[in-house]
Amino acid sequence: MVLYLVRRVGSAVLMTALATVMVFLIANQVPGDPVLAQLGDLAASDPAFVAEFRALHHLDRPLPERYWIFLEGLVHGDLGMSIATQRPVLDDIVQYAPATVELATAAFVLSLAIGIPLGVLAAVRRDSWIDHVARALSLVGVSSPTFWLAFVVLAVFYGGLQIAPGPGRLDPSALAPPTVTGLFVIDSVVARDWETLGAALAHLVLPSLVLAAATLGLITRTTRAAVLDSLGQDYVRTARAKGLTEWAVVIRHALRNAWIPIVTLGGLAYANLLTGAVMTETVFSWPGLGRYTFRSAVAVDFPAILGITLLVAVVYVAINLIIDLSYALLDPRVLRS
Amino acid sequence: MTAAAPVPAAPLDGWPAEGQPRAIAKRLLRRYGLALAGGAIVAAWLGVALLARHLAPYPSDAVDVVQRLAPPSRAHWLGTDALGRDVLSRVLVGSRVSLLAGFTVVLIGGLLGTLVGAVAGYAGGRIEELLMRVTDLVLCFPPIILAMAIAAALGIGVRNTIIAMLAVWWPKFARLGRSLVLVQRNQEYVEAARVVGLSPATILFRHIMPNALGPLVVLITLDMGNAIITFAGLSFLGLGVVPPTPEWGAMVAEGRELVEQWWVAAFPGVAILSVVMAFNFMGDGFRDWLDPRSRAQ
Amino acid sequence: MSTSVPVPAPATTAPDPSRALLEVRDLRVGFATDAGLVRAVDGVSFDVAAGATLGIVGESGCGKTVTALSIMRLLNQPNQVVRGKVRFRGRDVLGMAGAELRALRGGQVAMVFQDPMTSLNPVTRILAQLTEAMRAHGKRTELEARGRATALLRRMGIAAPERLVASYPHQLSGGMRQRVMLAMGFSNDPSLLIADEPTTALDVTVQAQILALLRELNASFGTAIVLISHNLGVIASLCARLLVMYAGEVVEEGPTAEVLADPRHPYTWALLNAAPTLDGAKARGQRLVTIEGTPPDLLRPPAGCRFQERCPFKIARCAEHPRLDPVGGGGGRMARCWVTQDGGALPRGNGGGAVVSTIGKAAAAPGGAGEGALLRVRQLRKVFPVGRRTMFGARPTMTALDDVDLDVHRGETVGLVGESGSGKSTLARLIVRLQQPTAGTIHFAEHDITHARNRDIRPLRRRMQMIFQDPHSSLNPRMRVGDTLAEPLRLHRLTEGPAATAARVAELLALVGLPASAASKHPHEFSGGQRQRIAIARALAVEPELIVADEPVSSLDVNVQGQIINLLGDLQRRLGLTYLFIAHDLAVVRHISDRVVILYRGQVMETGRAEDVFERPLHPYTRLLLASVPDPRRPLAAPPAATPEASARLDLSRGCPFRARCPLAQAICEAERPPLRRHDNGSSVACHFA
Repeated sequence: MVLYLVRRVGSAVLMTALATVMVFLIANQVPGDPVLAQLGDLAASDPAFVAEFRALHHLDRPLPERYWIFLEGLVHGDLGMSIATQRPVLDDIVQYAPATVELATAAFVLSLAIGIPLGVLAAVRRDSWIDHVARALSLVGVSSPTFWLAFVVLAVFYGGLQIAPGPGRLDPSALAPPTVTGLFVIDSVVARDWETLGAALAHLVLPSLVLAAATLGLITRTTRAAVLDSLGQDYVRTARAKGLTEWAVVIRHALRNAWIPIVTLGGLAYANLLTGAVMTETVFSWPGLGRYTFRSAVAVDFPAILGITLLVAVVYVAINLIIDLSYALLDPRVLRS
Repeated sequence: MTAAAPVPAAPLDGWPAEGQPRAIAKRLLRRYGLALAGGAIVAAWLGVALLARHLAPYPSDAVDVVQRLAPPSRAHWLGTDALGRDVLSRVLVGSRVSLLAGFTVVLIGGLLGTLVGAVAGYAGGRIEELLMRVTDLVLCFPPIILAMAIAAALGIGVRNTIIAMLAVWWPKFARLGRSLVLVQRNQEYVEAARVVGLSPATILFRHIMPNALGPLVVLITLDMGNAIITFAGLSFLGLGVVPPTPEWGAMVAEGRELVEQWWVAAFPGVAILSVVMAFNFMGDGFRDWLDPRSRAQ
Repeated sequence: MSTSVPVPAPATTAPDPSRALLEVRDLRVGFATDAGLVRAVDGVSFDVAAGATLGIVGESGCGKTVTALSIMRLLNQPNQVVRGKVRFRGRDVLGMAGAELRALRGGQVAMVFQDPMTSLNPVTRILAQLTEAMRAHGKRTELEARGRATALLRRMGIAAPERLVASYPHQLSGGMRQRVMLAMGFSNDPSLLIADEPTTALDVTVQAQILALLRELNASFGTAIVLISHNLGVIASLCARLLVMYAGEVVEEGPTAEVLADPRHPYTWALLNAAPTLDGAKARGQRLVTIEGTPPDLLRPPAGCRFQERCPFKIARCAEHPRLDPVGGGGGRMARCWVTQDGGALPRGNGGGAVVSTIGKAAAAPGGAGEGALLRVRQLRKVFPVGRRTMFGARPTMTALDDVDLDVHRGETVGLVGESGSGKSTLARLIVRLQQPTAGTIHFAEHDITHARNRDIRPLRRRMQMIFQDPHSSLNPRMRVGDTLAEPLRLHRLTEGPAATAARVAELLALVGLPASAASKHPHEFSGGQRQRIAIARALAVEPELIVADEPVSSLDVNVQGQIINLLGDLQRRLGLTYLFIAHDLAVVRHISDRVVILYRGQVMETGRAEDVFERPLHPYTRLLLASVPDPRRPLAAPPAATPEASARLDLSRGCPFRARCPLAQAICEAERPPLRRHDNGSSVACHFA
């Protein structure tokens, strides 16, 4: 077991290192001069100003040296300075990350809480009305473009019916709870500020539903397929032959073997949610990493792009690691063969 | 294979009537109806994309400030946008870009990715390790982020966006291609081909790949929807097409703030939804058709 | 705390003696498909008395498994149609629902399936799976169930049950898994056990032990057993009564010994005569009695006798569907045949010139030892890395073959026998150079091909070909048969132009008994036996001298198996082929081989002429193998003495690999590997005491 862990962690670290190199090369090879993008024509015409700007952001040094500077900074927890916001990239990330984590986690929990039971039911009652409803819902969820769904939902529930709060994590006039984690839901519980808790949750509902739509569809379909596949296996026939109730057969035998594909897909879905919330954040004015990423990409803000991509790589590698570790728990054949 | 004279069949007494063979057409319709409907919708959109300029009631860039933000009416079935352009016409013309982008990315990305994966799967050893490491590396990044970065750096425009998407689209096909080839590689007919003396390339491309096609086609079909959504999403963010080219995602972006004039953003999204759902129906139907177990029904 | 399992008095609470334990009346099971209703079971009736043993035999597709599953209502196909009556202790099973059905399943009726690997939940420990079976019937607490589980495993012949219960299924061998399944089945003292091909996936030595175990359980617990198999020998070794099924119907029924000695239905007759026997009652070179054709399509079964089309004894009346009526002899014998209705018996298989044709012995006599051998293998060794690469130290390895010598002379057939893990498939693949050996040499026709590169081997590929085991996967499903056969012709430039190629393809098809029209079809349009013929045609396309056949008949029904064996024999005589024939079925090997090699765990145990090895076996392993083969002509014979199963942990690098199971084993067997020693009659044996 320990050996397995060591191997997986080692592999993960290696992947992250390679990722940084790759991203660094890409970010620096693409055409597009950040100076021009940032400064505008007037400032760009002043050579002295441009030179100073370049020196400050190390843009005048050769490529390998810039990479070394970057690595050195990494070790000290410094991801460089964002050209656009003029702040350390790390600070930017720390500021914007909690919003995204909160949103993504809420969406993920929703997807699991609805998707898995729905998928199991659809598999057990195959071709019944509930199966058709589940498959229809999944299909619509997977087929809807997030940015459009966000608009529709906002227009209907906020603009039309007026039952949902507007964009943003809280009302413009409200105060955020004192920062412990940055996740408003947790922070307001810690501060026993129930009013803010209510407001934060209310603001969370729509965007997390929208973000969850595609993931919900995916998880329902995966669960249904995995459970159906399990139900067709011989060991399920043995379980029935033992005289177990149908639910015992489904839960203790079919579902237990279905976890593996579900965990794989669920883990990747969570990673996707964390890193791909840009549409939802834009429409709902959610101050998270997605919007930050978009602004950095448009501004060709190298350090920011680098920092974000590195973060994304770390997130993916970490989640893949967790998935691999859970295989070891879920499937005894992994360790003991 | 059997005797020439037809043998009379045993009578069906003792068996209930419901066991009798049913109309084949009805059975097939029930099982593949959705897939056929999906195919029809895709075909319809393809027709629209080809004939858009003729079908559209108004030119897609005809500005008419007087009529701006008009709700759906007999003159403008889907209303007009902020510049008075007919939404219906723009939706119809917009299909060209969306479908083009979707097809190009998935077909080329699919081809390249499958090639990489197939070679990796058959060659094994170091080649496989190397290719798969590269694949995993690219897979580390969600398509949106990397595509955004590349598209932003290359500049906006359909061609650049497609290139950016291609760069991130191929790995999932590489993964699938490799796993399919691995399954086939151990089959006895492959061993037989080796004993006959065929070369590895011949075996890979003439024997293994045709047998691996099925799941690949399923993935390609299902993935068209993803590609169209992703491209529309990039356009929504301002990275895809150059205005004023009509494109569904960009149109949703234009109507984003206009909650009152919902038709500007709603209808383009409905178009996306319909195309993507149609592709999903087709892909699901195709997957069911391939799966031998579902045929026992 | 382990509680020993008390032996209950057999059938104490005697139910109404006039009622059998299980009554099946006119059972019909059909599947509504797109094309119509498939009548898998078409009016089957039988009784099982308390404590009785009944065997159901038939080839694949005859409906025996569907019948068994229907008894316990385990059939779970969409659009299934089930009619008729199944009564257990007088209560209607087909109408049961909910709790009553659950009480029946696993409680009073238990079932054991064919493949114990897939029949056990791979992610749950054995103990949990056993206790679950007991707890589901509510009679025991968790603690009691655990104790009883261990006791049950010990009763089923597992030596160290305390350690085993903590394992997972994939850590156990096939035989152990099947014992676990039996323990699960018996955990609630059922009155009836249904066993569906329980030993088909097991080695023959393990099979013998499991069958002995079933016999013993039937005797001491009084549990009735219904055993389903396609193998008459297996049925004969356990069951007192026998039911023969064909195309969804029962065609013969009666006491096993009587039916096998004097079959009254032509299909039973064919089954008995198509299978080669171990005692060489059919002399080498004599063709097996087979009948042509395949079972009828159950979508449109013929109106008259369903066996009519293939029956060598048919008469005019067979156009009318026969009833299952009593035939001569006591003990309730029934047969569904007009020919034997009036008490007539069927001719014996081995005499009677009209049915059996005797072809002379093999034309070519084997050459002297070593000189001009077509294939010469010396000290062949193959080591595989197992598991994952670790960062520290070397990968663990598994030695598939260790120091194997083999000679195959022109024109002869060498039979290679071994159970699972013997390395026989590896040896086949090394010889045709699908893989490279780790050590040793392989010479084919004086060419050293041990480490030759693909380019150098290619010309030799014309002279040496291979036939594989699974006819379903050895043909490319997407290529037409004609293309599959033409490919080697084109590659080796054996024909000029498409017309000549097509003509040769037609020739090849005719050689294996298939029509020329087969060339335009795809493999899935053919049956298993026909596909195997196509595979043989492919091997013959390049006109090879040597054919390595890796279990070519193991996945075929006994009738088709006979056809293929006859075909291979004919081809050898016509084309002067040399065969290396690999199989685990001893009777088949006996029938077809001139010389025999016995492999065990990668090492040669004994080699020699077929009649010497089979009639006067010298190695203890050979003797064990021969004693384990169930023979339909010796019903209910006693099994060989129980030997422990092969242990994965045995150190094979020294000593004799068979030492853990050998009744003659002593200290020297642990220390020294016995060398292969020649005896006067030409056999070689690797044993310290032979």
